[in-house]
Amino acid sequence: MAGALFRPLTSGNRMQPGTDASFIKPNDRLTSFERLEIYNRQYWFRILGCFYEDYPGLRAVLGDSKFERLARAYLAKYPSASFTLRNLGGRLEKFLAEEPQWAAPRQALALDMARFEWAQIVAFDGEARPVVEIDSLLGSDPAKLRLALQPYLSFLALDHPVDDCVLALKKAALRGEASNAVEASPKSGTRRAMPLPKREKIYVAVHRHDNGLYYKRLEPEAYHILTALRGGAFLEDACAEALASAPAGDWAEVVRKWFENWRQLGWFCVQ
Amino acid sequence: MPANAFNGFSDYGIGIGLRIPHYRHILEKKPVVDWFEIISENFMVDGGRPLEVLDRVLEQYRVVQHGVSMYFGSADPPDREHLKRLRTLVRRTKTPWLSDHLCWGSVDGRFTHDLLPMPYTFAAAKHTAEKIRQVRDFTETPVCVENVSSYAEFHASEMTEWEFLSEVVEAADCGILLDVNNIYVSSKNHNFDPYEYLNNIPAHRVGQIHIAGHSKFKKYILDTHDHPVLDPVWKLYAHATRLAGVTATLLEWDDRIPSFEEVHGEALKANRFIHALEAVATP
Repeated sequence: MAGALFRPLTSGNRMQPGTDASFIKPNDRLTSFERLEIYNRQYWFRILGCFYEDYPGLRAVLGDSKFERLARAYLAKYPSASFTLRNLGGRLEKFLAEEPQWAAPRQALALDMARFEWAQIVAFDGEARPVVEIDSLLGSDPAKLRLALQPYLSFLALDHPVDDCVLALKKAALRGEASNAVEASPKSGTRRAMPLPKREKIYVAVHRHDNGLYYKRLEPEAYHILTALRGGAFLEDACAEALASAPAGDWAEVVRKWFENWRQLGWFCVQ
Repeated sequence: MPANAFNGFSDYGIGIGLRIPHYRHILEKKPVVDWFEIISENFMVDGGRPLEVLDRVLEQYRVVQHGVSMYFGSADPPDREHLKRLRTLVRRTKTPWLSDHLCWGSVDGRFTHDLLPMPYTFAAAKHTAEKIRQVRDFTETPVCVENVSSYAEFHASEMTEWEFLSEVVEAADCGILLDVNNIYVSSKNHNFDPYEYLNNIPAHRVGQIHIAGHSKFKKYILDTHDHPVLDPVWKLYAHATRLAGVTATLLEWDDRIPSFEEVHGEALKANRFIHALEAVATP
């Protein structure tokens, strides 16, 4: 039965002809094939529906048809390996890197958007560890100090300002939902227009505060410090390497303010 | 009744499912509700908003956990990490009992996220009962298994669904979460008498009852949980209550969810059957 369930549907959303259903009893209204098909269709409708909800930005980037083809290809190659649908998109970035043709000609933008939307899922319900007390760090040698960062945080270096796109998409969605107008077609079939962004290098942290989801643009040097810390670098090394090629300036004060801000946001946690 | 070993000797009345569209109403208005059923998997997370909401609900209400992914009937053994997460949540909610479905849904580490019917064989019953025991022992919490609605039957089956359910719960020494809507849906899809089903299960093991709405299609009925409870299901509920006694009852409404008041009002209709039963029982 499992083999039949996981089998992709035809373009008309039917079970593939020739699927073995001989182990299912027919009844007076449905053949074995038709009874099995109910489950095959339910499986695909459920996981595709979940994928639609988790990746509205990617859908806007690719358009409905291409997004659906990508979703079916991804879920056929990487079916859910978790008890929760929350993790359904966990291997999408890998898939897009392996099979970029599904997002052509917008591979780079699609990859940025997929990474950004997955980071939101992580930020929504990822683990929060106890915040490190600053007093406990006083007197520590920066050359030997490692700072842990909250597991729910993601730091992304992206080639497109997809954070702006997603915010625009959310605003458009809010406007739509505030209206009492009757929709002419099902929600899953509508696509909200989103102007595609031009290439622009951005660094962004996807985080949460008071359990609300936020995006925070980072300076390149701040991004490099945070990713180095996350990689386990000592504080002194992380700062030195991040600032090695930075333009001249009063970096000590800038970095001090960054760390104060990150501390206030609760980003530093116990190991 | 309704207290028994399978629902932790609790005295829960009529509850409804805790669903996202109602969060604000519940947290701000604090309506009187006897208890909420949560989908365990929605809260088996590491942090964030879901757990914050749950903790606020727990400050005011009694909560029972209902799972959708233990897949007692899958061949795979229970996943230890999954069990640990479940036990962590049990300790948070202090649920008097746990429930999940008499079905399978995963194979070789691949998850269907569906509640799939099983072939009703003695071997499957034995295997399923063993998994139920493992979950109950690990979580140290009574377990009730729920009969699922289904759209297919297997040539390999050796008994009826109610015989299979009875075989499993007796072997596991566990409770039944009796979903009367599922019985109705399956009875129409498989041409059996739903009252024969109810009359032939161990009623003393019923720890909870589910009621829900469904959708009729031309050739089959689909368990959609997006409607009020239909009359034939209320009649089955009344019969089940006569057999099992007044039992913790939960209305499932999972799609096209109306206002909190409408959902709760629909659930409270169960009172008319409970009161009728109590009136008969009173000398």
